[in-house]
Amino acid sequence: MVPTSPPELMLADSSRIGVIGGGPAGSFFAYFLLEMAEAVGVFLEVDIYEPRDFSLSGPGGCNMCGGVVSESLVQALAAEGIQLPASVVQRGIDSYFLHMDVGDVRIETPLHEKRIATVYRGGGPRGTPMSDTQRQGLDGHLLNLAVGRGARLVRSRVDALEWVDGRPRTKAQNGTQQTYDLLVPAVGINSAALKIFSSACLQYHPPKATKTYICEFCFGRDVIKRDLGDSMHVFLLNIPRLEFAALIPKGEFATLCLLGEDIDKALVQAFLHSAVVQQVLPPDWQVPDNFCHCSPKINIGSAVQPFADRVVFVGDCATTRLYKDGIGAAYRTAKAAAKTAIFEGISAEAFRLHYEPICHTIRRDNLLGKVVFGVTKLVQGWERSRRGLLRMLFEEQREGSKRRDMSTVLWDTFTGSAPYGSVLGRTLWPSFWGRFLWDIARANGHRS
Amino acid sequence: MSSVCSEVLGRRYHDGDVIIRQGEPGDCMFVIQEGRVEVLQRRGGKEYCLAVLDPGDFFGEMALFEQEVRCATVRALGDVCVLTIDKRIFMQRMHEDASFAFKILKRMAHRLREMEKVLTHLADADRFELASFEPTSWGADAANKRT
Repeated sequence: MVPTSPPELMLADSSRIGVIGGGPAGSFFAYFLLEMAEAVGVFLEVDIYEPRDFSLSGPGGCNMCGGVVSESLVQALAAEGIQLPASVVQRGIDSYFLHMDVGDVRIETPLHEKRIATVYRGGGPRGTPMSDTQRQGLDGHLLNLAVGRGARLVRSRVDALEWVDGRPRTKAQNGTQQTYDLLVPAVGINSAALKIFSSACLQYHPPKATKTYICEFCFGRDVIKRDLGDSMHVFLLNIPRLEFAALIPKGEFATLCLLGEDIDKALVQAFLHSAVVQQVLPPDWQVPDNFCHCSPKINIGSAVQPFADRVVFVGDCATTRLYKDGIGAAYRTAKAAAKTAIFEGISAEAFRLHYEPICHTIRRDNLLGKVVFGVTKLVQGWERSRRGLLRMLFEEQREGSKRRDMSTVLWDTFTGSAPYGSVLGRTLWPSFWGRFLWDIARANGHRS
Repeated sequence: MSSVCSEVLGRRYHDGDVIIRQGEPGDCMFVIQEGRVEVLQRRGGKEYCLAVLDPGDFFGEMALFEQEVRCATVRALGDVCVLTIDKRIFMQRMHEDASFAFKILKRMAHRLREMEKVLTHLADADRFELASFEPTSWGADAANKRT
């Protein structure tokens, strides 16, 4: 089969590749590129630019994310030999609690098995106890895997980019300049480095984004075990502008993630002081004056033209899944880009034909995701439907019940374990809506 | 019997627990997260240990490719944590990502090669009736006959 790119745009022995950003997307790209290069007998030189030390606790080593590795990604990585060791997994999740003003319900997975990993992206939140610093963040673990494959880690930020004889040349903060055969921006949308690509004669436009809110509360390991357990706690509350909230147990900490429109301090306060949330938080616990928190941007759209000759963007700066499973999307885009670079070359045409389809699949699924979250918001906003939802879930979770339609739909929606298209497809059966409407009627009839 | 693992993904089994049983239907494969397992096959009233598998190794994948029952029993050697891989996730990755399929094939090919080595060794040593043994796809680092 003839590769898509002309010979001068194919990677060959001693080709140099610069990866900007050592988060999951950059590390996955370097890892898979080197692995595939070895399989076809090509020796590549790969540099990963990452100024942060992921072993540090607090903002200095963190990549600002909820820190959940989805069920589907855990399985895909395990099947291809990439394990998440106990030193990386803060807690394995085997169930979730859905909390609403009308009641709570625990949804268990059919296998009763921990297949979702909660992780720190860096060395843990500010104030991480010494016992926990022996553990490793996900980003550091994946970066070590890439370095173990042969990538070279450059602890510096890339400040500028220019073109020399048709090749990208980077200028790093430490003063070094390097010309590359292929440049791979993998910086995430919160990085200041994004702006250098917008002004580097590329047609690239970054994805649209919105702000989210993430904070870490130190409850202590015993309290977390007692009050939160190995469950993700999801809140469907009728609070204006709040779409979704989750409390994710980890080692000594629990991470709170709020998604919605224009999340500000007032919204966070309204959430934390709502009666439903107060019941979940440990008794007598008060919000501390000082805790690790951030308001990172998350994608609500995809980048325009995330590739050119000798350039391919991977991870969040290209595209990612709506609200969930960003690390899974980083894995998929990074691997597709690496595969294209090795087998089809590094021309814009090769990336358009062989990399863009993966981005397109994610974009199209996100459109369906908007429908899923739209329906969730409707259910969230009407008390009668919340009661019906609770009843349906209770029925499904009863011992011996074989129907788990709503439980699996919500599980996959909240954990990002399945494509939104699959989630939506399962809700299109008349029997699903028939059961839901019946439960709404029964829940509200019983109440009256 | 089994229980979920603490801070290790998957499900924990204790020494001697059977994870999959020869002859039973199956629709998932497993990856060892922690500990070791032994792969056993019963033939003619005797049980043979085909392999001992370590963390990172997988087993039970034959059931994903063929609509057949499990061809061997896998038993925990001490405490072990095992992650279940759903057929749906596995086949989705196989179809979307040829490099994923290549990696699985490579590992299965490695097992076949190991199996050939052991069979050759056993035949040479005249400790095994080769003609009566139909090799499976399992690797065999420790092919010991058990009674």
